[in-house]
Amino acid sequence: MSKRIETTDLNVYYGDFRAVEDVTITIQPRAVTAFIGPSGCGKSTFLRTLNRMHEVIPGARVEGEVLLDGENLYGAGVDPVRVRRQVGMVFQRPNPFPTMSIKENVLAGIKLNFNRMPRNEQDELVERSLRSANLWEEVKNRLELPGSGLSGGQQQRLCIARAIAMAPEVLLMDEPCSALDPISTLAIEDLMSELKEKYTIVIVTHNMQQAARVSDTTAFFNIAGTGSPGRLIESGPTDKIFSTPDVKATEDYISGRFG
Amino acid sequence: MTQKLTRALTDPGAGPDPSSGMPDPKRRGDRIFRGFAMGAGITILVILALVATFLLVQGSPALFADPAKLISQGYGEFLPWVLPYAFGTIWAAVLALLFAVPVSIGIALFISHYAPRRLAQPLGYVIDLLAAVPSVVFGLWGSLVLAPAAVPLYEWLNANLGFIPLFSGQVSGGGRNMFTIAIVLATMILPIITSLCREVFLQAPRLHEEAALALGATRWEMIKMAVFPFARPGIIAAVMLGLGRALGETMAVTMILSGSRNITFEVLTSQNPNTIAATIAQNFPEAFGLKTSQLIAAGLVLFLITLVVNMIARWIVSRRAEYSGAN
Repeated sequence: MSKRIETTDLNVYYGDFRAVEDVTITIQPRAVTAFIGPSGCGKSTFLRTLNRMHEVIPGARVEGEVLLDGENLYGAGVDPVRVRRQVGMVFQRPNPFPTMSIKENVLAGIKLNFNRMPRNEQDELVERSLRSANLWEEVKNRLELPGSGLSGGQQQRLCIARAIAMAPEVLLMDEPCSALDPISTLAIEDLMSELKEKYTIVIVTHNMQQAARVSDTTAFFNIAGTGSPGRLIESGPTDKIFSTPDVKATEDYISGRFG
Repeated sequence: MTQKLTRALTDPGAGPDPSSGMPDPKRRGDRIFRGFAMGAGITILVILALVATFLLVQGSPALFADPAKLISQGYGEFLPWVLPYAFGTIWAAVLALLFAVPVSIGIALFISHYAPRRLAQPLGYVIDLLAAVPSVVFGLWGSLVLAPAAVPLYEWLNANLGFIPLFSGQVSGGGRNMFTIAIVLATMILPIITSLCREVFLQAPRLHEEAALALGATRWEMIKMAVFPFARPGIIAAVMLGLGRALGETMAVTMILSGSRNITFEVLTSQNPNTIAATIAQNFPEAFGLKTSQLIAAGLVLFLITLVVNMIARWIVSRRAEYSGAN
């Protein structure tokens, strides 16, 4: 259920503008990898190339390759829709479908894949996913109510439940806590350390304490200046990046002496 | 600095003194605008009330007249007289919606989610331009071009699908039948439904579209999951506006249909129920006395039909307000 991601010389373009330059990185399975860096350094853009979600933006394209356990996501004949069914994603702002109940939200992805899942299996999957997302106890009595009635933190955990109901190989999280209060943030962070037993998790965060708390590996992205592409400066075990990074810029950023 | 600012905002003494008798010019503007907006709101209610009163007062002689008198001086007993026209009105409008709604939603989706921007914009303009064509022109086109041209189609439908009651009967020679009316009305209401749908489709939250795509939805699945549920009230509103126009359309129907007074679902024959609006337009010039009242009372019936349609639409829109896209 958990796969390794390798990218080699990955470049991302928006039209003629190169947003991300030559990223080569290996993301370990069953671990949390955090992308940190200043705003606009391309970490979110790079994250989106891991499930081809950047293609939603007109004019965005990728050069290079992304291997998911050796299989190139950008190979000829690879369907982006299939890629996204394997690589789940959680967004910055919680986005449960407002017209669906909590239960329907969890099953939203499944309904796309297997049209006919027996009712008892559906119920089982809903419970399992919500339990994995640490949300079951809070919502078990109101599964038929709309997901938009939950608090922000609960909504975000519902989105995580929705993503893991698909049994993805990888879970991408794009600043999943930036719209949440500290207590909800803590709940999500706890959840991440449980989920990494099963999934490859990649998280983009602006919160360095968060990266230090939850991740096993940290990758630091930076830009030389506005208009120049974002680059991967260095990546390594989180302990090392936060104590003795190899590159001066990483140390400056982490210690807050930046710019 | 911040402290000063909050003081200025919370402490009434810090602003212009309310007791000094000098009206704050900003607040006066506010008052004027409020008065204007309220006046406009009241005006529309008054106009509506006046129209309803006119219909009631001027139509009531026919509504309460002795049937025998209506038969001798009017068009006949009121209800049996107006019923076929009410039926014709609703039937024509429903058929027009049947044609227009799927096409409109398709075009709107194409513009909002499928077409490249270079194509989408001109297409939008063309659709809006269609709304600017006067209904007389549609009437001319319908009776002179569309009706004769569609006769082979009607004959084919009659020959091959004649076992369905809709297409049975004797096909009208000139093609001036309900089917033609439905197509012309559909063309006329297409632009308004399309542009309203396009607007709501474009407003579908990107957040939810991305959520669907990230779950591995194809574009069509994404539209079903994230766009349609969000746009549902907007689509209904658009359809109702189109229906309103189709119900009230006079000119095109008058020019195309030689309507009669029979209730039939057959759409290809020459025996078609006329619509209320067209009946009024055709008979008004020669009407006098009780006949005029009777036509006005028919107008009241049309008014009521539109009112009911709108109320049903409101009810549909509000039924699942809890699930609305606003969160």
